[in-house]
Amino acid sequence: MTFLLFAEQMLNGLQFGIMLFLMAAGLTLVFGVMGLINLAHGSLYMIGAFAAAAVAGATGSFVLALMASLAAAAAAGALIELTVIRRLYKRDHLDQVLATFALILILSEGTRWVFGSFPLYLDVPSYLSGPVTLPGGIQYPLYRLAIILAGLLVAGGLFALIARTRIGIQIRAGEADREMIAALGIDISRLYTLVFALGAALAGLAGALVGAIQSVQVGMGEPVLILAFVVIVIGGIGSIKGALVGALLVGMTDTMGGVLLPRFFALFMDPSAATTIGASLGSMLIYILMAAVLIVRPSGLYGSA
Amino acid sequence: MKLTKLAMLATTALLAAGAAMAEGKVKVGMITTLSGGGAGLGIDARDGFMLALKLSGSDAVEVVIEDDQQKPEIAVQLADKMIQAENVDVLTGIIWSNLAMAVVPSAVAQDKIYLSVNAGPSALAGKGCHPNYFNVAWQNDNLHEAAGAHATKAGYAKTFILAPNYPAGTDALTGFKRFYKGELAGEIYTTLGQTDYAAEIAQIRASGADSVFFFLPGGMGISFMKQYADSGVGLPVVGPAFSFDQGILQAVGAAALGVVNTSQWGKDLDNEANKTFVAAFQQEYGRLPSLYASQGYDTANLLLSAVGKADIGDKAAFRAALKEADFASTRGDFKFGTNNHPVQDIYVREVIQEGDIFTNKIIGVALEDHVDAYAVECKM
Repeated sequence: MTFLLFAEQMLNGLQFGIMLFLMAAGLTLVFGVMGLINLAHGSLYMIGAFAAAAVAGATGSFVLALMASLAAAAAAGALIELTVIRRLYKRDHLDQVLATFALILILSEGTRWVFGSFPLYLDVPSYLSGPVTLPGGIQYPLYRLAIILAGLLVAGGLFALIARTRIGIQIRAGEADREMIAALGIDISRLYTLVFALGAALAGLAGALVGAIQSVQVGMGEPVLILAFVVIVIGGIGSIKGALVGALLVGMTDTMGGVLLPRFFALFMDPSAATTIGASLGSMLIYILMAAVLIVRPSGLYGSA
Repeated sequence: MKLTKLAMLATTALLAAGAAMAEGKVKVGMITTLSGGGAGLGIDARDGFMLALKLSGSDAVEVVIEDDQQKPEIAVQLADKMIQAENVDVLTGIIWSNLAMAVVPSAVAQDKIYLSVNAGPSALAGKGCHPNYFNVAWQNDNLHEAAGAHATKAGYAKTFILAPNYPAGTDALTGFKRFYKGELAGEIYTTLGQTDYAAEIAQIRASGADSVFFFLPGGMGISFMKQYADSGVGLPVVGPAFSFDQGILQAVGAAALGVVNTSQWGKDLDNEANKTFVAAFQQEYGRLPSLYASQGYDTANLLLSAVGKADIGDKAAFRAALKEADFASTRGDFKFGTNNHPVQDIYVREVIQEGDIFTNKIIGVALEDHVDAYAVECKM
């Protein structure tokens, strides 16, 4: 394996990890602050992508499309929190899973009802399309670099928000003891709506960013949702830092495992068996990683036990 | 005496009425995917099927339609319900091979006719063939074999091939390799449902390949093509029609322009049945038909041709009428091989732009009168 290929794959792993972080950050916030398992997080990702595709189709502007994805997902998130999620905080996790699973079905069929059954068109804007040559001669798509940059900016902003602002203090306090901060006169239900909308907006942004290089279609959120759950379990539930580290770990493991394992098996097997076994094991690798992390640290890397 | 005569008359009349009813009506159960990510395919197949019934003006066929949600267990439940409660004579509609494998063997064993609008798993074409099972689309390997034949004809000597790691994916690469004479620059099985292909594209770039063959149906293909175009690798691409059908081309956009793909059907095939079909489909549904729609349309017309010739009560006669395939297919000539799978030409198409619409144009024939590789194993 040449250096160029290796470096390109590292970048791919990094970009995949950053994208997972955008999904996992919202999920872990909601889980950490409200103790809620939200299976419908993937639907918010889908809503972001559809809103972006619709606005990009109507106006031709990618920046407007991204803003629309944030707005639409946040609005949908707030609406869902006010109408459904709010009734679930005191229920056990099984009720939450059932209700949010119902939301997946409702939102998927609702989206199909509005946009039809065929995938929508959303493309990379012309100023970000095509490959660039990086130092060392690596050819890499400019748009993927832009995703990495956007993700890092969001991560930085989120850390600043949690660590330095009043809202951030309230969120952390809500995580630690919700009765106490309610007693201190903070409107806890408004805080919950806000956190849920924030998580939804991040998922919507991820959907729009990724929708430009993937397929904008009904049900696009569910495969990502599973990975996002793996990320927050590895990182430790409720921890933004854990979500970032977990996302990068999962992104790297998945990408590099899928590339290196078939080559490894090819050393002592015939090529077609090596690709089949390598591919199967490669797709299991992140779950093996999750199991390994849980054995060593049962509450995740940065989880508070 | 008088009373006996009356009773006999009444009985005869009743018998005649009963026979007339059985002769007139065929009840069809359509199980297809109408929700979830794969719904576009099922909706097109259903719309094509219903269009043919509407155009025929015949009321001899009654259709019950149910959504399988692309889940094998639901398809099995629906099939049981349709056979036991609804009493259907004919089943059809399944898009996905794994669902077909769950439903078809048991349905044909219960003496129901099954007409496949899409899925053509090798297991049902070879040793597992059945007189009650007719495939109106293709055997799964066919379009990939045609892609292999085209790659050889185009002079590609080092092709990089990839497909998802599931039965139809392995069938696809096997089919391609059966007709491809060059060497492989690489062979990758991706995860089913994978949406990011950066790692695979990097390997293609590093492999020194001169062309790429991929089988990634539905959304997977949209993702791959967009990312491939953006990566600047720029090698020629060959694929089966499943990643370039009318339903998804608009979502891929300009990234697909010029890509060569293989199909048993194209909207520009020059025959009367096809012209009628394409025009009527556009008028009825306001969009261009896909190959899935053409398969649904052909299936309904095949059924109508058999209904006109034989009574569904006489299964042997009905099967014989189906086997004659005496209908005007959108593909032009259409006939069944020994294993009840089509013997047909497979074309090479190129993705072009017509106004704002991306669509396919036929540019040649990859395989003529192609018989699938499993027909010889079918003892029927």
